[in-house]
Amino acid sequence: MRELQYPFDGEQILKRSKKIRRELLESRTDFLEKRIAVLGGSTTHDIIRILELFLLEQGIRPVFYESEYAQYWQDAMFDNPLLSDFAPEIIFIHTTNRNITNYPTPEDTKEQVDERFMEQYEHFRVMWDKLAGTYHCPVIQNNFEYPSYRLLGNQEAVYVQGRIAFLNRLNAAFYQYAGEHENFYIHDINYLSAAYGLDRWSDPLYWHMYKYACCMQAIPEFACNLSNIIKSILGKNKKALALDLDNTLWGGIVGDDGPENLEIGQETPMGQVYAEFQGYLKSLKDIGVMLTVNSKNEEENALAGLNHPEGVLKPEDFILIKANWEPKSLNMTEIAQELAILPDSMVFVDDNPAEREIVRMQVPGAAVPEIGTPEQYIRILDRSGFFEVTKLSEDDKKRNEMYRANVERKKQQAQFSDYREYLLSLNMQGTIRSFEPLYIARIAQLTNKSNQFNLTTARYTQGEIEAFAADERYITRYGKLADRFGDNGVVSVVIGRRGGMEDVAVYRQGGQTSRALAAGKDESAGQSVLHIELWLMSCRVLKRDMECAMMDNIVEACQACGIGTIMGYYYPTAKNAMVKDFYGSMGFVMMEKTDTDVTVWRYEIPADYVPKNTVIAVEDEKETD
Amino acid sequence: MSREEVFVTLNEVFRDVFDDEEITVTDQTTADDIEEWDSLEHINLLAAVEQAFGIKFNMGQVVSMKNVGEMADIILGQLGAL
Repeated sequence: MRELQYPFDGEQILKRSKKIRRELLESRTDFLEKRIAVLGGSTTHDIIRILELFLLEQGIRPVFYESEYAQYWQDAMFDNPLLSDFAPEIIFIHTTNRNITNYPTPEDTKEQVDERFMEQYEHFRVMWDKLAGTYHCPVIQNNFEYPSYRLLGNQEAVYVQGRIAFLNRLNAAFYQYAGEHENFYIHDINYLSAAYGLDRWSDPLYWHMYKYACCMQAIPEFACNLSNIIKSILGKNKKALALDLDNTLWGGIVGDDGPENLEIGQETPMGQVYAEFQGYLKSLKDIGVMLTVNSKNEEENALAGLNHPEGVLKPEDFILIKANWEPKSLNMTEIAQELAILPDSMVFVDDNPAEREIVRMQVPGAAVPEIGTPEQYIRILDRSGFFEVTKLSEDDKKRNEMYRANVERKKQQAQFSDYREYLLSLNMQGTIRSFEPLYIARIAQLTNKSNQFNLTTARYTQGEIEAFAADERYITRYGKLADRFGDNGVVSVVIGRRGGMEDVAVYRQGGQTSRALAAGKDESAGQSVLHIELWLMSCRVLKRDMECAMMDNIVEACQACGIGTIMGYYYPTAKNAMVKDFYGSMGFVMMEKTDTDVTVWRYEIPADYVPKNTVIAVEDEKETD
Repeated sequence: MSREEVFVTLNEVFRDVFDDEEITVTDQTTADDIEEWDSLEHINLLAAVEQAFGIKFNMGQVVSMKNVGEMADIILGQLGAL
């Protein structure tokens, strides 16, 4: 929705929130439901009201638990049936400098300040540990904004007795904790309040009248920023940028003006602006954002522009370059197809409002920011949070390499007439093992962002994935795939639960509830059936027989523990039609199609099972067992 | 801006904030007359009124305001003082 896209009019959002909410709820049906506990140290009512809008905009439908006024610590630390029944999937702790209870005084000695610091920090640290141990879900914690006045003036940050010095020290300790704990994220209100304007942010009227720690008008910025962390944790970040060239990456029209006359580089103020923007994009690439070009140009001219000696971006920084005279919306769709991502994972950047409008109309879900004038490009892209980092994983940093390798593979494929021969030429190496701590984060991330090759579209938190790994009733497998063009990392996940045939009655209902029910049930009567609760694969390894390798491995695991039957379930969504006959192709027999179009599949493992994968060399855990 | 014009704008703000096209406020309207107008919505309402008129209420005014008529008087006072 345009109203919620950065840069937005916060006051309009506040005023029309009811109408916006109604329209968002009517706009789609495939929301991802999440239970979010908001534990506040000040009033949180309007934060929740506006946060809901920004989450709905991201396709997330939140259900909130809101602590009683300023009860964040009590809610976290003591037995709390309301909160434990709520079973939060994400916890947000909204504390601010108004919750500091142990500020130093000017008479304090350094030792006394140290004591106060430890006491204040421990107040938070024990709470985080307690929450992690109790709820096993991501915790998002505000850092501290600066105070609205400075007793020691400009030395407030210099003397240890100064409040700014104290808050800086606490913030540093918070960051260190975040660095050392997987499921813990900082919501940086220190940056946000500075960017917003600290005087306006900390308007004392809102504290004294309503116990709000920031002014009402700042809440949309606050909620937008927070929603970006949440959607990133849930794997809903954008993946690729589709960039226009003329007047977007440089000043001027390369086809008309010639590459030598483009404004790029240090010679002119405008040239500097474009060079800085190119530098920003190059840094995005380094954290795993895929860069592509979508430009109306002759390809030759596009390349000449990108080879400009003063330019920061070079043709090889882009995974794909679409420079042609096709409609840009068509190019967007093709880029998505060639990268095997969904069009709604893309961000389109173009200085031309008419092109933006066409893409907005024709490519639903793709982000098309109102990018402003060249000197605003960086801020608008940055603050939109399309690529919000919550985990700088090796996989993310390597993503560009992986997708480039994919494009290379496609070229190679054209040279082989026999597909199997092509697959063999890739020298694929697979690793298939039960869940291991090293990969828990990536596995959880995959369960939240895989939509297409995903049989049940079950979404799991890291905590749940850890629980499956530890539960003997479950057979869990992750699969990695490498080949001579590169390492794809973890690309497939399967979770199966041992039980009896009577459990089918639950699974056939589809939906998250039935799975939760099945997962929560005590020992089933039977032990001889494996119910596949999740089977997903990243689309970047489609048609590589990785699914066959996973099947072989699961069959082997079943045989090893006396399971003779595998039950598969397909729960249809708007995005997973690709796998509606997947179980059929693996040799399962369809038992039933329910009135909600869930299909139930049965596979009797034959005594003489012949492995389906003949092209990937798989290293499994036999040698480590 | 006349008192009537202030009420026209106030009506628009109330309709937006409570998402109800039926609302018409008068001098005597108070929170008791509009079902969703509770203490929490009150904060949002005041922020929206401030935005619509380009003014800012101070704490004393927020505390003393008893009905929409008084709100209109404060708005007129602030606009006149500009």
